[in-house]
Amino acid sequence: MRVFDPHIHMTSRTTDDYQAMHDAGVRALVEPSFWLGQPRTSPASFLDYFDSLLGWEPFRAAQYGIAHHCALALNPKEANDPRCTPVLDALPRYLAKDGVVAVGEIGYDSLTPAEDTALAAQLQLAADHDLPALVHTPHRDKLTGLRRTIDVVRESALAPDRVLLDHLNETTVKEAADSGAWLGFSVYPDTKMDVDRMVTILRNHGTARVLVNSAADWGRSDPLKTRAVGDAMLAAGFTDDDVDQVLWRNPVAFYGLSGRLRLDLPSPQDLHEGNSLLRGGE
Amino acid sequence: MLTGTARTWLDSALADAAARTPAWESHFVTAGRHCGPTHADSARALLLRAAAADPATLTRLYHHGATAERRAVLLALASLVPGPEAVPLVEDALRTHDTTLVAAALGPYAATHLTPHAWRHGLLKCLFTGVPVTAVAGLAERSAGDTELARMLTDHAAELTAAGRPVPTDLPRVLALTAATVMATATAPVEES
Repeated sequence: MRVFDPHIHMTSRTTDDYQAMHDAGVRALVEPSFWLGQPRTSPASFLDYFDSLLGWEPFRAAQYGIAHHCALALNPKEANDPRCTPVLDALPRYLAKDGVVAVGEIGYDSLTPAEDTALAAQLQLAADHDLPALVHTPHRDKLTGLRRTIDVVRESALAPDRVLLDHLNETTVKEAADSGAWLGFSVYPDTKMDVDRMVTILRNHGTARVLVNSAADWGRSDPLKTRAVGDAMLAAGFTDDDVDQVLWRNPVAFYGLSGRLRLDLPSPQDLHEGNSLLRGGE
Repeated sequence: MLTGTARTWLDSALADAAARTPAWESHFVTAGRHCGPTHADSARALLLRAAAADPATLTRLYHHGATAERRAVLLALASLVPGPEAVPLVEDALRTHDTTLVAAALGPYAATHLTPHAWRHGLLKCLFTGVPVTAVAGLAERSAGDTELARMLTDHAAELTAAGRPVPTDLPRVLALTAATVMATATAPVEES
């Protein structure tokens, strides 16, 4: 089973996770930029983070045979902090980079006017750079947030079929699907979606335009949830082709809209950068 | 060999670079996806040469660059910067743990301009991280007669042996080079005090 995790925060994970993910079939992932748990206080902090998502993290991933791409953006939560919003001025320079396959995570956190502004501005940036957008839907007041998100997308220059609405669940899947967007589901140990509910949604809704991610980060989360969904799909009677569509072909199709997806990763032993991490840092 | 749309794109990008239109630096950024990963380094090198990029421009492109762009700047230093102005870029790359950058940093420019202390640590980092020393420019010339490098290599080998770990095959090769006579043409900077 080949797996593409379309949303995972590897900067928060260890090399053991990379190894376990490779063992489970993960061969590609997208790491969207997000909040670090500890609030940032300046644009420079974002720039170092973006550099890491374009440099160090793909280097780490390659050593475990995993192709790493990223999505860059000002995240919804920090869009409310005027110390952080100037990073929007630096984003165009970063969105031109080869490893960037989307603008994201953008969207709503607390549904504020500042979030309205940042979302609209970054949907425009996505259109300007010919990139799709990964849009986070809020954890609080989710359905209202989804509707407002769809309205802003509709008013934007970005076509709905270039938007991935993420963190969906039973209450938001139908309206999200009706919008014409791609549908993302984050499977977590405790919150968001779980494996069995995910299989039920796939059974009721079908596999078209559906992406499943672990969204694993620094919180209680599990980078192998993508594989767990694949196993549960097979146990529930889905075919290998259904699983491949959800866990590989759909994310490849969505992020492939960027024209920058490269999945021809050299094998770890071919890289002369082969063993600096395997041996440990200095 | 580039063909078709990639060739057309590169010709146009090189014309922008030669004229130093505002677009040329964005061509440097996007060269990888227009020319393909195999030709990215050489396409970027041609752009830098066509624009005759000065140290200030190279420094900006390096600091604004993703890994592949930084590597291209490092590879171009020897042909574009005659003096030591770009040494800070080499030092920055040698502080990283990305061995594609470490290898690119230790090219002919570093062989000419890096201080003995920094160059020795760069070389040791190659042995430590598995970068083949064939990637290091001027290896024989700079190693010759370097007793301090010989001591560092011997100590490193002793540390590995004490831990029961294999000594990289490159290590005795470089150690043998340190025993050679210093070449009269060596122009490397002297050790700082």
